[in-house]
Amino acid sequence: MSRARYLVGAVCLAICAVMISPLLASVLASVKPTAEAAASPPTYLPGSLSLDSYERLWEYQQGLPTYLFNSLGTAVLTILFTLLLTVPAAYGLARFPVPGKEFLFVVLLLALIVPYQALLTPMFLMFAKLGLTNSLTGLAIVHTAIQLPFSLYVLRNSFAAVPRELEEAAIVDGASSVQSLRRVFLPATVPATVTVALFAFIMSWNEFLGALVMMSKSSKFTLPVVLAAARTETSLGGTDWGMLQAGITISIIPCVGVYLLLQRYYVSGLMSGAVK
Amino acid sequence: MRRGRRNGWVGLAYLSPALLFVLIFTVYPLARMAWMSLHNWSLLTPPRWVGFDNYTRAFDDRQFWVSFGFTLKYTLIITPILILGGYLLALLTAGNSPVRRLTRTVVFTPVVIGLGVSSLLWYWLFSTDFGFVNKVLLDLHVIGDPVVWLGVDADRSNWAIIASVVWKVIGFGMVLFVGAIQAIPTDVTEASLVDGASYRQRVTRIILPLTLRTVLLVTLLSVIGSLLAFDQFYIMTAGQPQNETATSVFFVYLNSFPYLKLGYGAALSLLLALTILAFTVVQLLLTRRSHT
Repeated sequence: MSRARYLVGAVCLAICAVMISPLLASVLASVKPTAEAAASPPTYLPGSLSLDSYERLWEYQQGLPTYLFNSLGTAVLTILFTLLLTVPAAYGLARFPVPGKEFLFVVLLLALIVPYQALLTPMFLMFAKLGLTNSLTGLAIVHTAIQLPFSLYVLRNSFAAVPRELEEAAIVDGASSVQSLRRVFLPATVPATVTVALFAFIMSWNEFLGALVMMSKSSKFTLPVVLAAARTETSLGGTDWGMLQAGITISIIPCVGVYLLLQRYYVSGLMSGAVK
Repeated sequence: MRRGRRNGWVGLAYLSPALLFVLIFTVYPLARMAWMSLHNWSLLTPPRWVGFDNYTRAFDDRQFWVSFGFTLKYTLIITPILILGGYLLALLTAGNSPVRRLTRTVVFTPVVIGLGVSSLLWYWLFSTDFGFVNKVLLDLHVIGDPVVWLGVDADRSNWAIIASVVWKVIGFGMVLFVGAIQAIPTDVTEASLVDGASYRQRVTRIILPLTLRTVLLVTLLSVIGSLLAFDQFYIMTAGQPQNETATSVFFVYLNSFPYLKLGYGAALSLLLALTILAFTVVQLLLTRRSHT
């Protein structure tokens, strides 16, 4: 029995090693000195530590701060738009006898059925007319459209699960619908709101095709788009692998960070929203 | 009893911003796409009505079939790997010992990393002269000379990309499978232990049948995700060699943006959306059943 336990432990650790090694390799490559980072064949471990690659990334084209601002700004706007739209909508769907509710819910979940990849061309044409291409707001709208069904689904379930007694107590006290939303429902649905915000952040921070299509000016690129462009940069004699690893490391940190901090919310969102 | 207490129209008011958003940014683009697909349009010239020409043109387009066939091949290879691998990982880590929890967290971590960024990471790992894959294989004497993984041979590129995507998404299925396995009532498991069932019997007679719906659900999600693959191919092969590794979404992207064949691109988008729709409907039927 205990031999089986050791075997399971050993297999688990081996799997962990395999899964972590690509990430570790990237982080280690990002702190190699310039010459070593460009070596062929590569070295396994850095001979000495250096932040050269991060310095080159800091100054790459428009500069890292610009790309971080674009990525972060889009993600924050996406969270904001998503919550502003789906919190009231979830409240309305879960707590009011809305006429034609079933039909409206299906319309709202339409983006679930139509892949956004297919809608990008008409969206691009519309955004070009509205001046929303090369705009963080425009990209955040695309990301909100992607994220809306999942968020609505998770929030509606959470709003529906709030006990009726709580709402009735507020109504007896003479609370209006806005007051009960603020005093009863928002506090009671915090976990679902965190889940929705977390998913919106990770999706927006990582999303590639929409950002590639909507942003044509390099000053408006998000982090994944500028890194993808940097991979084929040949003007200085080939790809700057060290800088690419620095960029990959910086892209990964926020996602893995918030995931490890808010793991419980992430997994619960995954379970309840496996619809998408 | 509760009549008049909460007015339906007030509820509609709460719904209206989201409804308006979906009408403008999902329903309208969808209608526009359908309209575009019936026109010949290149941004430079005004749109011209061509009926279903864009659709018939797709069926005569060699690249359409190359892309569709390649996407299908990719999907058919990666899905069983993800399901079987994810399920084995779930069986291994479904318990709650610290090492199992650690393994679940580690295996799941790449899921939250962007597909674009993970593709860049693997673009480097698979690079011929600078990548660790060749370095490790050379040092272990598995290969004599560096292998050109990406962009020269379509099948070899496909396998390299599949390896990278498996690394990135296998934790997704695993976590859902673990959830399903943990949801099996303990008395069922205990009864089977009392009856002296072996581990193998428990897996095949109890765990697998009781988690089958989740397996089907994850399979569908994996099929849908794979049919929509783009980032990994755009970044790792750029469709090379000769657009043999340009997936369906990649083909839509090429026609719509660099080539600016907007009408044709829209027709291709619609065909893609219809393919996905078929799978999504099945998926929604499956999820709906789980809530009742």
